[in-house]
Amino acid sequence: MKPGRLKQILLLTDGCSNHGEDPIAVAALAQNQGVTVNVIGVLDDQQKSQPQGLEEVESIAEAGGGVSQIVYQKSLSQTVQMVTRQAMTQTIQGVVNKELQEILGKDQSIEELPPEKRGEVVEVVDDLGETCDLEVLVLVDTSASMHHKLPTVKDALYDLSLSLNARSGKNHFSVFTFPDVNDTIKKVIEWTPELGDMNRVFSKLSSGGYTPTGPALKEALYAFTERPMRGMQDGVDPYEETGF
Amino acid sequence: MKKPAFKIYPGMSIRGKWSGRRYTVIRELGKGACGTVFLCKNNQGDTYALKVGTDSSRMMLEVNMLKKFSKVQGVKLGPSFVDVDDWVTGTTTYPFYVMEYIQGESLHSFIKGRSKDWIGVCALQLLSQLDHLHKAGYVFGDLKTDNLLIHQTQLRWIDVGGVTAIGRAIKEYTEFYDRGYWNMGSRKAEPSYDLFAVTMIMMEMAYPHRFEKGSDPRKTLEHKAGASVWLKPYRSFLLQCWQGKYKDAAEMKAALSRVVMKRKNQKPVPTVPRARKRAQTNDTEASEMLTLSVLVTAFLGISIYSFWM
Repeated sequence: MKPGRLKQILLLTDGCSNHGEDPIAVAALAQNQGVTVNVIGVLDDQQKSQPQGLEEVESIAEAGGGVSQIVYQKSLSQTVQMVTRQAMTQTIQGVVNKELQEILGKDQSIEELPPEKRGEVVEVVDDLGETCDLEVLVLVDTSASMHHKLPTVKDALYDLSLSLNARSGKNHFSVFTFPDVNDTIKKVIEWTPELGDMNRVFSKLSSGGYTPTGPALKEALYAFTERPMRGMQDGVDPYEETGF
Repeated sequence: MKKPAFKIYPGMSIRGKWSGRRYTVIRELGKGACGTVFLCKNNQGDTYALKVGTDSSRMMLEVNMLKKFSKVQGVKLGPSFVDVDDWVTGTTTYPFYVMEYIQGESLHSFIKGRSKDWIGVCALQLLSQLDHLHKAGYVFGDLKTDNLLIHQTQLRWIDVGGVTAIGRAIKEYTEFYDRGYWNMGSRKAEPSYDLFAVTMIMMEMAYPHRFEKGSDPRKTLEHKAGASVWLKPYRSFLLQCWQGKYKDAAEMKAALSRVVMKRKNQKPVPTVPRARKRAQTNDTEASEMLTLSVLVTAFLGISIYSFWM
């Protein structure tokens, strides 16, 4: 069985959306389109209490079929890779559960299997997580309050690429920032198998007090679906189509 | 769907949904990344360690590893596997598994008040065990002091949840022991990934509070390795490992053995060699005196002999 390509949007933000459409609705739409939405809320290291509006982080991820986590800057690297991996496993488990239901009937899931059988199934899920191809679109909130956190974000993204590229499956990353005056979001890194040098990535920053998380997510979703038909269907080898 | 956190108290009984076997909780032993470990006893009164978690897939992967690695090539590596089941409380089901209870001391408390020789001895024990694991085609992965215990001066592994087949990606790691974090290599499961973690365990014995990587991680490491009196004998050994000099656990163990054995022959305490030197000069003086007196006697003898002639 091949899970094909897993598609994820990873949203890094530190506040609540305050402009445009409802990000939770957009996340639900994304999930429906086969794109998982993960959200990480980034706190200042000195910040004691959780700021208002960060509950949204959890709701967006839940609607997007993904994983959410609110973290301090210093643990961002480890969280980014953990959240991405967890979401991968979750998606694969979802696929496997569906198959199980088809074979064994309704209400069957990996969790419901007796331990011996479960032991075999989790190995299959684990193998798929190691070998499947993965596309991650990183969407970074670069509104004023995030500015001083961006160096940490850069480190975390490099670290994510390090973690995922240890797998046997292929990876594709791209990085977008928002808000952008003209197009809501701005592509700062084109699809690439590795996030290496990101020195000048966040050099041009937008300021202003608005955070259009919903519209930004929607644009990110378009950026996924409008990609050329490279292996968009499950199980299709993307390189077959180009004639190699 | 998130499961609510479970509440487990001493005296509580945990019954397996599939087997019906019961375990009575004695006390909590510790919290791990994906569950809590309790000391418990079964109906016969045998004590075990029991781990309850929420993520059933992850727990099951751990069980698979435990079954595989309780013993490798006849060598005991992880705790022995005992049982796996589900615990139903209210409307929620929590997976749990039972394993051998390894009683012992943490590496930190063990090393306290002992000599620095133990840093080398513990690392040697660890390298021997890793050698077996690597030869079986796996790496430890999340190798850290929390996953080790000293049981009657023998190092034991208490958590093999991060064990990964060679060639795959490391899924679980702790930054301080992770070579990726230190800019010293990939997160691919290779024997050298564990070897790096061994050096960090040695570093941690000298720096129990650990340290940050700073702007130049390699420099930080090299500096820290040189700055501690505890690590002095091991310094060049550590540097060589970070330069990639050791291909596998066996080679690294051989190099460390040379360090540890050498220290045994040349006493490290500075007063001892000086004392011995003095003893040596005394010895040579004595032998000089002896030869001199023999010569004098011979000369005297010859002169007396020639006088008689």
